[in-house]
Amino acid sequence: MLTVRTSPHDHDSISTDKAMLYVVMALLPSALWGCVMFGFRAVLVLLVSIASSLLTEWLLGKMNKENTLLDYSALVTGLLIGMNMPPSIPLLIPVLASLFAIFVVKWTFGGLGCNWANPAIAGRVFVFFSFSSLMSKFSTPWVLKSSAELVSSATPLSALKMEISSGLSSEAILSASGVPVSGIAASLSSSMGINPYVVDEFLGFASGCIGEVSALLLLAGGLFLIFKKVISWRIPTCYILSYAILQWVFGGVRGGNGLCSGEVLLPILSGGLMLGAFFMATDWVTTPTTPKGEIIFAVGCGLFTFIIRCFGSLAEGVSLAILLMNMVSPTIDRFCKAKKFGYVKPPKKEKGAKA
Amino acid sequence: MLNIATFKRGGVHPDDMKRLTKDKAVERLPLPGELYVSMSQHLGAPATPLKAKGDRVEKGEVIGKASSFISADVHSPVSGSVVDVRKVRLATGANADTLVIKPDQEQPDSFKTAFDWRSQSKEEIQALVKEMGIVGMGGATFPTSVKFSVPTGKKVEYLVINGVECEPYITCDYRLMLENTDDLLEGAMIAAKAVEPEKIVIGIEMNKMDAAERLDKRAKELGYPIEIQPLKMKYPQGDEKQLLKAVTGREIPSGKLPLDIGCIVCNTATTYAIFEAVKYHKPLFERRITVSGECINEPKNILAPIGTPFSSLIEYCGGMKDGVYELVSGGPMMGFDVPDESVPMVKGSGGLLALPDKKKGLTFPCVSCGKCVQHCPMGLMPNRMFRNIKNGNYAEAMALGLMDCKECGCCSFSCPSHIDLVQGFKLGKKMGRKK
Repeated sequence: MLTVRTSPHDHDSISTDKAMLYVVMALLPSALWGCVMFGFRAVLVLLVSIASSLLTEWLLGKMNKENTLLDYSALVTGLLIGMNMPPSIPLLIPVLASLFAIFVVKWTFGGLGCNWANPAIAGRVFVFFSFSSLMSKFSTPWVLKSSAELVSSATPLSALKMEISSGLSSEAILSASGVPVSGIAASLSSSMGINPYVVDEFLGFASGCIGEVSALLLLAGGLFLIFKKVISWRIPTCYILSYAILQWVFGGVRGGNGLCSGEVLLPILSGGLMLGAFFMATDWVTTPTTPKGEIIFAVGCGLFTFIIRCFGSLAEGVSLAILLMNMVSPTIDRFCKAKKFGYVKPPKKEKGAKA
Repeated sequence: MLNIATFKRGGVHPDDMKRLTKDKAVERLPLPGELYVSMSQHLGAPATPLKAKGDRVEKGEVIGKASSFISADVHSPVSGSVVDVRKVRLATGANADTLVIKPDQEQPDSFKTAFDWRSQSKEEIQALVKEMGIVGMGGATFPTSVKFSVPTGKKVEYLVINGVECEPYITCDYRLMLENTDDLLEGAMIAAKAVEPEKIVIGIEMNKMDAAERLDKRAKELGYPIEIQPLKMKYPQGDEKQLLKAVTGREIPSGKLPLDIGCIVCNTATTYAIFEAVKYHKPLFERRITVSGECINEPKNILAPIGTPFSSLIEYCGGMKDGVYELVSGGPMMGFDVPDESVPMVKGSGGLLALPDKKKGLTFPCVSCGKCVQHCPMGLMPNRMFRNIKNGNYAEAMALGLMDCKECGCCSFSCPSHIDLVQGFKLGKKMGRKK
């Protein structure tokens, strides 16, 4: 009648499956926003990614005679892959990304907890390099479409990347290359003098991948996860902060403006940085376990993101930076051991013995 | 009483659940029909029984003699007769000789004469503590006389009275602090006389601020040089390592004792037992215990003799509700499950909890979230130690600091994958020692 088991007999309310569901809940507002902005096509891409992810997981589970769908990690992977796709992508590509993520990155290495990289990121990077041109075709949100001429356009980041050496301000470059501005941003910019593109990126009226357009909603989701203690504040904060500092100090160099003149707000809010910092760089499995290790990991992510975005040939660096740091994460963990209690410096030990 | 201290590294915040019994005054249990007084009431060697089947015992009489240096005398809690001597398994798993005592209908009203301890010497007080079978009543049951025998050349700077009671549910120490404030403070003074510390501090967590204020007020009125140190709520602050870190800022080096950093820690219940032993020459044969949990009909704080079977306590508390999953002796974080209700109380039993299944949830593989690492108060890496133990690599686990683990349960408590880390460490220690 009575059960006998080892202590403790109580447990914190957090559990792996619940945490995964919290992540899904935190991602949903941004995903829905993407669907509103890009229409039915975006819904389709999200659904196909999720379905293919779950199906892969289920089929592989069949092979092992176990049901791993209940940890909801495949659901998170599928959703993240979908959110990392441009809305106009052919539907085969998210399927390939999900297959690669679940089968190659996760399952072959031993399933949940054994993957060497964040599956969603690895899947995205895999299809990004396999189908580069398709993956870089972005459609403009319908709000911004004044006429039908803009079916695919550059994201603010890629437009900036092309023209950065001209030495102009980002606002000038973007309006020169014809990136549209929403009505709200235009009115705010004329009344308060804020860069309209920053407003658009923050609120989510910009072209980009389905899930990364609204920095505001991603930030809200990230704060929800921190509040629910699913992720710690360390990785997102250190990641964004280190990137911001580097961008501010060295960001202007390429445009010929010298040190400490880089523009900070627009690069932080645009592209995959928000999504990456709050949802992909904070993956439990592929990040270091000690607080010190987490900070090193996050600063590394910031550094590589900056290097790739500023000096690399790609406009986007977030997923590559995180992938790179995922691979060194076990090494960071090896060298960042926690300080054990009661192992003090020798002089203090002597003092204790004397007393 | 101004600054609020705590230890820095690790720790968890379980729901303290003290509301169930916080306001229940301690009640004396009516004598049960039979008492099962085990000879293994303490850490160390079990006592040698002095009585056989059919013998008469008097209340407070020595019935078990300490068999080595780390051991303690056992006294009869009642006057009565020994019905049987047999092996009985305790909550901790110890299987020791146990005297089954049938109490008389009429019990003597002894141990009421007060003795003047102030005129006694340090050695006399220490001898009384040993004679009266005092052990640490916080759960570890380390013989207090051994703790108090300070080797020559060592100086005690701090005597820390542990009123933290960080285990959820348990409130018997809190009630003791509220109901027997003056006696407890006198007990601290007696202990201070025995070990001659430079400073006496009582550490209390913030959820017991009324007790802290009361102790502070009375200590000032009585003119005792006792300091009250409020502590932030955090488990496992009641562990002497964390408590000393919080109160004195010192860390006990790995494998050493509090005395090595000039401190002695004494639990509240123990301090009260010292008071009774030295002032009234009353041996340790009864204690306060909290009977609580979601599945107890009327949670209570009870004063019961040692050897009371848990069934009597549960009966006195109105029985158990349906849906009880486990019966825990001690607190929910470090207590031991008992297989049935016949298990008797010992000197270290501070709680008896009837709990529903609070660990419900699916078990997943380790996702290296690092929660165990970040919550470990000893700064260990439970995930790595566990992986090594699972693979049979006990030597590597020991190298990672397995022996510093005190099984406080912070890692298992916070593990989102519901991995039984503590169970692994208990096994790992046994296997590691073997080699």
